[in-house]
Amino acid sequence: MSTELKVETTTDRPKQQGEKVQANWVPTILIGVGVLYLGVVLLIPALNVFVQAFHKGVGPFFQNLTEPDFLHAVKLTLLLALIAVPINTIFGLCAAWAIARNQFPGKTFVLSLIDLPFSISPVVAGLMIVLLYGRNGWFGGWLQAHDINIVFAFPGMLLATAFVSMPFVAREVIPVLEEVGTDQEEAAKTLGANDWQIFWRVTVPNIRWGLLYGIILTNARAMGEFGAVSVVSGNIAGTTQSLPLFVEESYKQYQTEAAYSASVLLALLAVITLAIKEVIERRTQIKTKVM
Amino acid sequence: MSPSTPLNSPKASRLQAQERWLAKFTWPWRITWGYLTFMLLLPLAAMLLKASTEGWDKFWEIATDPVALSTYDVTFVTSLIAALINGVFGTLLAWILVRYDFPFKRLMDAIIDLPFALPTAVAGLTLATVYSDNGWIGSLLAPLGIKVAFTRLGVGVAMVFISLPFVVRTVQPVLSEMEREIEEASWCLGASQWQTFWRVIFPPLMPAILTGVALGFARAVGEYGSTVIIASNIPFEDLIAPVLIFQRLEQYDYAGATTIGVVLLGISLLMLLVINLLQAWGRRYDEH
Repeated sequence: MSTELKVETTTDRPKQQGEKVQANWVPTILIGVGVLYLGVVLLIPALNVFVQAFHKGVGPFFQNLTEPDFLHAVKLTLLLALIAVPINTIFGLCAAWAIARNQFPGKTFVLSLIDLPFSISPVVAGLMIVLLYGRNGWFGGWLQAHDINIVFAFPGMLLATAFVSMPFVAREVIPVLEEVGTDQEEAAKTLGANDWQIFWRVTVPNIRWGLLYGIILTNARAMGEFGAVSVVSGNIAGTTQSLPLFVEESYKQYQTEAAYSASVLLALLAVITLAIKEVIERRTQIKTKVM
Repeated sequence: MSPSTPLNSPKASRLQAQERWLAKFTWPWRITWGYLTFMLLLPLAAMLLKASTEGWDKFWEIATDPVALSTYDVTFVTSLIAALINGVFGTLLAWILVRYDFPFKRLMDAIIDLPFALPTAVAGLTLATVYSDNGWIGSLLAPLGIKVAFTRLGVGVAMVFISLPFVVRTVQPVLSEMEREIEEASWCLGASQWQTFWRVIFPPLMPAILTGVALGFARAVGEYGSTVIIASNIPFEDLIAPVLIFQRLEQYDYAGATTIGVVLLGISLLMLLVINLLQAWGRRYDEH
């Protein structure tokens, strides 16, 4: 222990007594300030979503939910997640396995590379896709000649969604894989299991909680992404409008009711994500890391 | 290398080495690199090459035009202030969550991750409502002459919202692993609470706090969804850099969008480097 303990020992008795009194109200004040801050910054805005959506009752809320543009937005969002989440899960598992199970020069660099989509602004991510596949982009001419639309169409939105939700599975699974070690896998190999059997029967059960949390986060981000998707979508109601885009568009058109009805669905997605995270943390007793 | 084999001509051994290298390059590797190249490296290359075709003078001219400069001011300065505010309150929240017991503590702990899970468009919408002149909090501030929604202050509020979890979640594990004996020793030696905090608890906590602030800053700089909704997006007032990129793209000004995009990307890469260094500094504390 090299922690410095060069503290003056000159405090006298009356002062110490004063501190004992102080010790009782310091926690109260700190908790009070903390709760107040969290309330103003997070809790009140979160509650506001539900209050605004239901303040005219449940009827108008459900009426908003049956509008065709809204239903199309929901369908599009689900479809985006349905394709992006499995692709990113496969990538995440491969990347996690390759990184956690191998020693090679530049490992930290590859790890940072995988994290990169988190540090890149969503708008910049969308811009990169436009520069690659847009009309004046690298592949623009070829795509136009073959009559393929990527930008301002579904494939572009899918690319944007997959880009921003790319790192989650890998970064949740890598620490678990490293902690589990290779003993059980090697034992299975000695007993004659093939690679596939080892993966399904030994590795997956070991990493299941990390994997599940990674998938949940991927899904939440894929369904909720706004910036990157909005750059490449063109935002045409009923065609290329996902749920978060629907929220913004309705708000801009002063259809606040519709915006809040859609927001409630997305907020519920957030609540479910947090609940599953809480369950996983209780099961594994491990606090999941931010970065 | 196996020198025992008689067929060890240089050509054969080179082929063998190649084979071994290929065997190392297993399917997970191929998928990882293929996907990374297609999704990340190719788009990055497209953007950097597009920026380089403009030439350095043109790049500098677009990057430092007055509108662009004002967006850097709004984006970077506001992000930094928001991240620093969270540095103070995030540390406080981590402290009370680790050290004290109070009702609804678990709920509070869970709710801190809300900004990660809540889509940014929803965050922007609800913040704009709550902090508007007739919103729950905005109506309390309006009589004091403080306007939040559709001003730079609103942009700051949105940035505070989305960067809050970073500090709490980086400080929390460090704090809970800290040994209480050291503190008790310091108390026994007669240090006051305040001295104990500043001299014993705070130094090892510092790298974690700074990492959290840097992560929050990086996230706030790139943030688009919540800020575009709560801001009025007027140049020289509350226009942020990501929105400027968006506006340039809408006007088919690809050179303009790319230039600002490269500036933002450069800042993100710089922040990534800073964060890695800060984390390495934090790990040094573990070893002692």
